[in-house]
Amino acid sequence: MSATTQTGAAVDISRLSKIYKTREDDDVLALDKIDLKIEPGSFVAVVGPSGCGKSTLLSLLAGLTGASTGTISIDGDGVSKPHPKTGVVFQSDLLLYWRTVLDNILLPIEIKKQDVAKFRPRAEELLAQVGLAGFGNKYPSELSGGMRQRVAICRALIQEPGLLLMDEPFGALDALTREQMIMDLQAMWLRLRNTVLFITHGIDEAVFLADRVLVMSPRPGRVDLDLKIDLPRPRQWSKTHEDKEYHAYVRQIRAIFEAKGILVAH
Amino acid sequence: MASTDVIGADRAQAKQGKKMSRKKSRGPWLERYSALILATILLGAWQVLVPLSGLSEFVLPTPLAIAKRIVNELPLLATHAYVTLFEVVAGFAMGVLIGIPLALSIFYSRAFERAIYPILVALQTVPKVALAPLLVLYLGYGWAPKITLAFLISFFPIVISTVVGLQSLDKNLVNLVRSMGASEWQTFFKVRLPAALPNIFGGFKVAVSLAVIGAVIGEYVAAERGLGYLQLQANSLFDTTLNFATVVTISGLGVMLYFIIDTIESRVTYKRDAAK
Ligand SMILES: Nc1ncnc2c1ncn2[C@@H]1O[C@H](COP(=O)(O)OP(=O)(O)OP(=O)(O)O)[C@@H](O)[C@H]1O
Ligand SMILES: [Mg+2]
Repeated sequence: MSATTQTGAAVDISRLSKIYKTREDDDVLALDKIDLKIEPGSFVAVVGPSGCGKSTLLSLLAGLTGASTGTISIDGDGVSKPHPKTGVVFQSDLLLYWRTVLDNILLPIEIKKQDVAKFRPRAEELLAQVGLAGFGNKYPSELSGGMRQRVAICRALIQEPGLLLMDEPFGALDALTREQMIMDLQAMWLRLRNTVLFITHGIDEAVFLADRVLVMSPRPGRVDLDLKIDLPRPRQWSKTHEDKEYHAYVRQIRAIFEAKGILVAH
Repeated sequence: MASTDVIGADRAQAKQGKKMSRKKSRGPWLERYSALILATILLGAWQVLVPLSGLSEFVLPTPLAIAKRIVNELPLLATHAYVTLFEVVAGFAMGVLIGIPLALSIFYSRAFERAIYPILVALQTVPKVALAPLLVLYLGYGWAPKITLAFLISFFPIVISTVVGLQSLDKNLVNLVRSMGASEWQTFFKVRLPAALPNIFGGFKVAVSLAVIGAVIGEYVAAERGLGYLQLQANSLFDTTLNFATVVTISGLGVMLYFIIDTIESRVTYKRDAAK
């Protein structure tokens, strides 16, 4: 049986810094004493300018790199290596081209040495939920970019991770596919109610999806604004985008970027 | 939901894609048999031009004469081919058995890489053919010098292609499996090795062709058996047709080994652009 639960994991980050040591003497301070508590089951989006340390934050949470100072805990466990409750979706789909779609989705099960056959129906169900029923035996090269990214999301969800980390997962998609994926992601999250940390450079998708948007400052990354998004769910594409409050949130975030000189009017 | 029609469109597109890939055309007839056609034309020209040019059979036999000779001498050619085949396979196998662990050590240890690479490159610049007489001196007239030469000449491409294959892996793929909790052992077998296989097999194909050259050159220097030996015999008897028959057999051996490796490769790997 899967050790993970349906409910989301709690995240507690305290005074987290990350310094990248470079070969020359100009070490890079990527994150500067971040404090952050994430409620179990909440959807948190992180926006910030390029190079502010968003991916760094994600790879620290994923246990892929060590913190320079400070601590991270997931459900009370200190994170020093990848936590079994986390699932990660990276910016590129990172599907293994020599494996079929189904075998790609089942990769985490294989790595955790669980019974792959038992998870096969679950994998097929996930595929069907993202509109890819019957694609299990295809190879990634036979799919479009959007389809591949959906498979990558299925792979992250196969273990029903308590904490789902997503690093600009829709960055490489066309507008139409992106819209569909945003709707699918919301539907998925409403079903699972796991904790999601969603990194994006799209202010609109952050506000649309999240319960809470963290706006990061340029490097060294700090949290400049912690904005609670109070819009009813399930959010519908056109309706929410016509919502006055929605636009107020978007404006509030843009204002920060403009004040910092990240967005400059001409 | 406002966006259902988008899913619908996407699915329809997907279905269409499925149909299209099913009736993937095999290419026109001419393209498929182009190699065969060209070879036939060249051989035909050779067959026709030799008698016209007045060259004697002892200088340049016709393809048909060579083919006839191969059929007639099949038992003789086979006896010697087995010897050469054994030397090639043994030398190549040694190249794999020593080359792959060496490549892994180079990949996993920067210090080892720094230490061994200059030596490897220096060794590679030594013409292996020049070592043949020395090998005979040290290892005698039997299998040993030929296998050693086949090994020496085939092992470098195996090492280099394996190291390059392992090093060219997208670092994000390693992060991906590590985020799933994979050990280095699992990372190697689930990602590193499969991703490096196309490179490794590329190295094998180069190596096995070189191993044939190594073994035959070993036989030129000193041997009592093998295709290289047979060719020297034919030479000293001015039997040009047998000489050509031997050359054809040698290259046939190389082609056969190449395709065996190619077949194994297509069994164990999936080509990234197979849908091309
Ligand atoms: N492995 C590394 N070694 C050295 N410096 C690094 C490394 N990874 C990231 N950095 C630096 O740390 C800073 C933050 O990088 P990070 O990738 O976290 O940014 P980001 O917010 O994800 O940017 P983007 O939106 O462009 O993806 C950057 O200035 C980058 O140059
Ligand atoms: Mg990033």
